[in-house]
Amino acid sequence: MITIAGPRSKGAQYIRAMPNLVEASGLVKRYREVTALDGLDLEVAEGSVLGLLGPNGAGKTTAVSILATLLDPDAGSARVAGVDVVASPREVRRRIGLSGQFVAVDEHLTGFENLVMVGRLYHLGRRRARDRAAELLELFDLADAGGRPVKTYSGGMRRRLDLAGALVAAPPVLFLDEPTTGLDPFGRRQLWEVIRGMVGGGTTVLLTTQYLEEADQLADRILVIDHGRAIAEGTADELKSRIGAERIEVTVTDAAVLERARQVLARFAVGEQQTDARSRSLITPIAGGAPVLTAALHELQRARIPVRDVGLRRPTLDDVFLTLTGHVSAPEEQGG
Amino acid sequence: MRNLVYAASDAAVIVWRNVIKIKRVPDMLVYVVLSPIMFVLLFAYVFGGSIVIPGGSYREFLIAGIFVQTVVFGASLTGAGLAEDIQKGIVNRFRALPMSHAALLVGRTVSDVVYNALSLLIMALTGLVVGWGISSPVLDAVAGFALLLLFAYAFSWVMAYVGLLVPSVEVINNASFMVIMPFTFVANTFVPAENLPPVLRTFALWNPVSAVTRAIRELFGNIPAGTPPPEVWPLQHPVLYTLLWTVLLIAVFAPLAVHRYRTSGRRA
Repeated sequence: MITIAGPRSKGAQYIRAMPNLVEASGLVKRYREVTALDGLDLEVAEGSVLGLLGPNGAGKTTAVSILATLLDPDAGSARVAGVDVVASPREVRRRIGLSGQFVAVDEHLTGFENLVMVGRLYHLGRRRARDRAAELLELFDLADAGGRPVKTYSGGMRRRLDLAGALVAAPPVLFLDEPTTGLDPFGRRQLWEVIRGMVGGGTTVLLTTQYLEEADQLADRILVIDHGRAIAEGTADELKSRIGAERIEVTVTDAAVLERARQVLARFAVGEQQTDARSRSLITPIAGGAPVLTAALHELQRARIPVRDVGLRRPTLDDVFLTLTGHVSAPEEQGG
Repeated sequence: MRNLVYAASDAAVIVWRNVIKIKRVPDMLVYVVLSPIMFVLLFAYVFGGSIVIPGGSYREFLIAGIFVQTVVFGASLTGAGLAEDIQKGIVNRFRALPMSHAALLVGRTVSDVVYNALSLLIMALTGLVVGWGISSPVLDAVAGFALLLLFAYAFSWVMAYVGLLVPSVEVINNASFMVIMPFTFVANTFVPAENLPPVLRTFALWNPVSAVTRAIRELFGNIPAGTPPPEVWPLQHPVLYTLLWTVLLIAVFAPLAVHRYRTSGRRA
């Protein structure tokens, strides 16, 4: 099991002092009856990562499409790297990289050719485009595969190539729309490392995701959106603290003893306990951390309740999401 | 000026990208290289014995028709290519780049010219093998090939618009078959138009495909001596009539396609 570094809540105060490289206010976008964006405001400070978090259909992709000049908003305004996206889309495009939800690479070209093509379309010139392509293939661990047509690549390799395409011009602002959709856990971690590296180099990133863990891992600040509107904003820790307590999660071996377990732990509870018969699990909000967990375990043992698994858990962003929106985020299998 | 240079360079990059595919995509090789050879051989040997051209040989008559049909069908590569780019999402990559919007379409349509030039070369060689020949001055022959490529280029813009309108490769392939097939058959391409039933005959005589076919037959010197002159204006002035259609198609469909490309993603 690979252990990952905790949330990057580092230097949040410092970051707030930086100018905003992405600013949007009152963005509205309607498609016939559907309102995809309903007055969205957002800001991303230079050198920071904003995680735009929401379920499918929340408006994440629409927001990114407007900021990346692929769509015009029906109302509201946005500036990227100081340039108005509606008035000067082409100037904006010089300053951004976009890696969309669906991999946008030409599968008949090799990885190298794909990156050279993008470089030349950024007007880097033949020589620099080739150098940059080689550099990025190296950086994204694709150097060996660079001469092969992309159709022979795995999903993870395509994703990395797509991301490399967004970085060809070393843009100051990067939009990543669900960058790890469709990747296995290993590929996802690999991509996270790459993104962290880019952010370490000073790139400003707006990242959309429906993977709560991903926002937790990568984002300095998180903006939770639903139905085209912001419903919460803060660091991962701030959002979690809104849910309050830590909790003890117990899984028993037999659903029949679940109620008895609940009663045993009731005296530790600082809020409403939840049981789920299907997963034979019990959640008890507590205060006091590990000593309380030890005491609770002791009680369960005394009551001779057979326990399969037990743990002290801080609230996850899933919990945050459920509390804020009243529904859980989309299941991961659904991807896109 | 600087923007124009950039746009030209962008278009050249797109052409490069599309031309690479001849090597990589077997379908493309079949479409551009093998099927033209097959058409020349099939028509020459299957119909060659049965269709009589007064005062000339059918193979001599046929090759121009095959040339025209092949290059006009070549335009559907633009439609299918754009539809595929949209379906696969790579268009979104292009749209987020600081490139000229028109450059993608210009590059795409110019790629067809490269494919068509290759197809023409292959067909001309095959034609020489089966008994076709050019009996005109070199400059006339060059003008004939240029006219073919130019007319096909105009048609690529029609297909570019269609490809952006219905971005599905399957639909494009069916649609181009349904539209291009009648245009290239109800004409003087494979049989003399004069022999067609009345309604089809009128269509065939005014069909620009007939004009371009007639034009290159004249430019290649493939019209047998003693053939009566054509009875309608378009075929009496085939080069002019072809150029008029070329200008008309580009003037109508290039702006439509560019506009469609500029705005389509913004609605999606």
